[in-house]
Amino acid sequence: MIKIENISKSYGSVKALKGISFEVQKGELYGLIGPDGSGKTTLFRILTSLLIPTGGKAVLNGFDTVKDYRSIRKMVGYMPERFSLYMDLTVIENLTFFATVFNTTIHENYHLIKDIYQMLEPFKNRRAGDLSGGMKQKLALSCALIHKPDILLLDEPTTGVDPVSRRDFWEMLKNLQKTGLTTLVSTPFMDDAALCDRVALIQNGDILTIDTPTGIAGKYPHKLWKIVSENNYRTLKVLESFNERVSAFSFGNSVHLSTGMQTSKEDIQEHLLKNHVNIINLEPIPAMIEDVFMELMSGNKQQL
Amino acid sequence: MTEENVIIAKELTRTFGKFTAVNHISFNVKRGEIFGFLGANGAGKTTAIKMLTGILSSSSGTAVVAGFDINKQRNKLKEKIGYMSQKFSLYEDLTLKENIRFYGGIYGLSKAEIIRKTGEMTERLRLKEIENTLISEIPLGWKQKIAFSAAILHHPKIVFLDEPTSGVDPITRRQFWNLIYEAAADGITVFVTTHYMDEAEYCDRISIMTEGHIKAMGTLRELLTKYDSKNMDEVFKKLAG
Repeated sequence: MIKIENISKSYGSVKALKGISFEVQKGELYGLIGPDGSGKTTLFRILTSLLIPTGGKAVLNGFDTVKDYRSIRKMVGYMPERFSLYMDLTVIENLTFFATVFNTTIHENYHLIKDIYQMLEPFKNRRAGDLSGGMKQKLALSCALIHKPDILLLDEPTTGVDPVSRRDFWEMLKNLQKTGLTTLVSTPFMDDAALCDRVALIQNGDILTIDTPTGIAGKYPHKLWKIVSENNYRTLKVLESFNERVSAFSFGNSVHLSTGMQTSKEDIQEHLLKNHVNIINLEPIPAMIEDVFMELMSGNKQQL
Repeated sequence: MTEENVIIAKELTRTFGKFTAVNHISFNVKRGEIFGFLGANGAGKTTAIKMLTGILSSSSGTAVVAGFDINKQRNKLKEKIGYMSQKFSLYEDLTLKENIRFYGGIYGLSKAEIIRKTGEMTERLRLKEIENTLISEIPLGWKQKIAFSAAILHHPKIVFLDEPTSGVDPITRRQFWNLIYEAAADGITVFVTTHYMDEAEYCDRISIMTEGHIKAMGTLRELLTKYDSKNMDEVFKKLAG
């Protein structure tokens, strides 16, 4: 398991992490959800012993990231945010390289990467630099797994990846979880959060909240409505003058409007119709992680 | 034709050795339109954008962008377009003001115009107080808004945005799209790629590329009907899955 206790990190006057704490249980698939610049990569670099924290400590399966850095490096599999493979080596050469560095062979731990590697096999003699984004990501994951780590640390593995490859990647993580692997994965995609056992939302070096995905969605403190109309932009403008509005944001071709608990469907309908907005659909909906994140970002942390 | 087309691509093709990255794609984009250019990784989007911006010549077929042929009139074309991506946008070791001066200079704006435009921009984005801050010290979300403003400083006919909001927080992402709407309303055509399917739904028209071809193209409503889906995420997964 991973135990993070009051970890902080400053770069000069910039506080990248402001004393955060959380625990990841053994076998858990844990998501760290937040935009770029929220401190995710700094935390990963501390957990992999590549950075020393300014304050606090992190312990992975009983090993301290500062004192026991040698053990930490053997035990974790790390996939950094920037593509970390050797572009001028082939698929098989990269894999052999990482296996050798950790004193093992591809053969010894092949069972761990079998499902993923089978998709790469047709390209095994292709240089890593010539692979598509989805394939590079599969190779990087294979390289992070080849020494049979106990803990997998994945820093934004799905950034820049299309929705289909992203879905496939999460399926791979779910399958790996069945082997008992503990995984901490970061992502800026709010909808990825729903696929984790638990998630921590992070912003500006601070944890906003921690819970299961349904737990987080359940914490939304307002009533939420989905409005589909002819024109989102106009609907948002009209809602600015709606007294019971707490916030309104576009979500694809619809608008999510949050209101007080007493607001009725008729109240909203009346306001929109009065202002000549043609409603295609209006219904109450449960909040998504993204709704909660924006609520928390807007400085309403104390309410939850 | 009453509506002006700012991109006319005909059978546009690019091969690398035996590999065909872009395979006979044809489409038009109208003035002031927000055109979403989606596709799986490796489908040929980047190669297509490189051709449309005059960086890479086509193997066969052609395109006219902002009135200029992509192979024969590259330099003229480049004056009439803007470009930004998540990876490359601003110089980190220059200040906000210096970056704007640099881009203004590149696009041939006069000194007076640069000063006027810098003032307008910092006013509109409410960034006056950080105009002398190094870009490296500015948060990503703000940076992307500044980069977009820099890319349209010379009021191009068309601006190409390559995953402009990747990794940006959800509120800033929406503010960024407001800037896109404003530019489009101002007559600037917006050609944008994204992996956020909710953003695809903000576009006037959407195309989806797979394996070098344009597999589908239309308005959101047309695509949802045609592929019997409730949102773009579903359409994308049906076509590229």
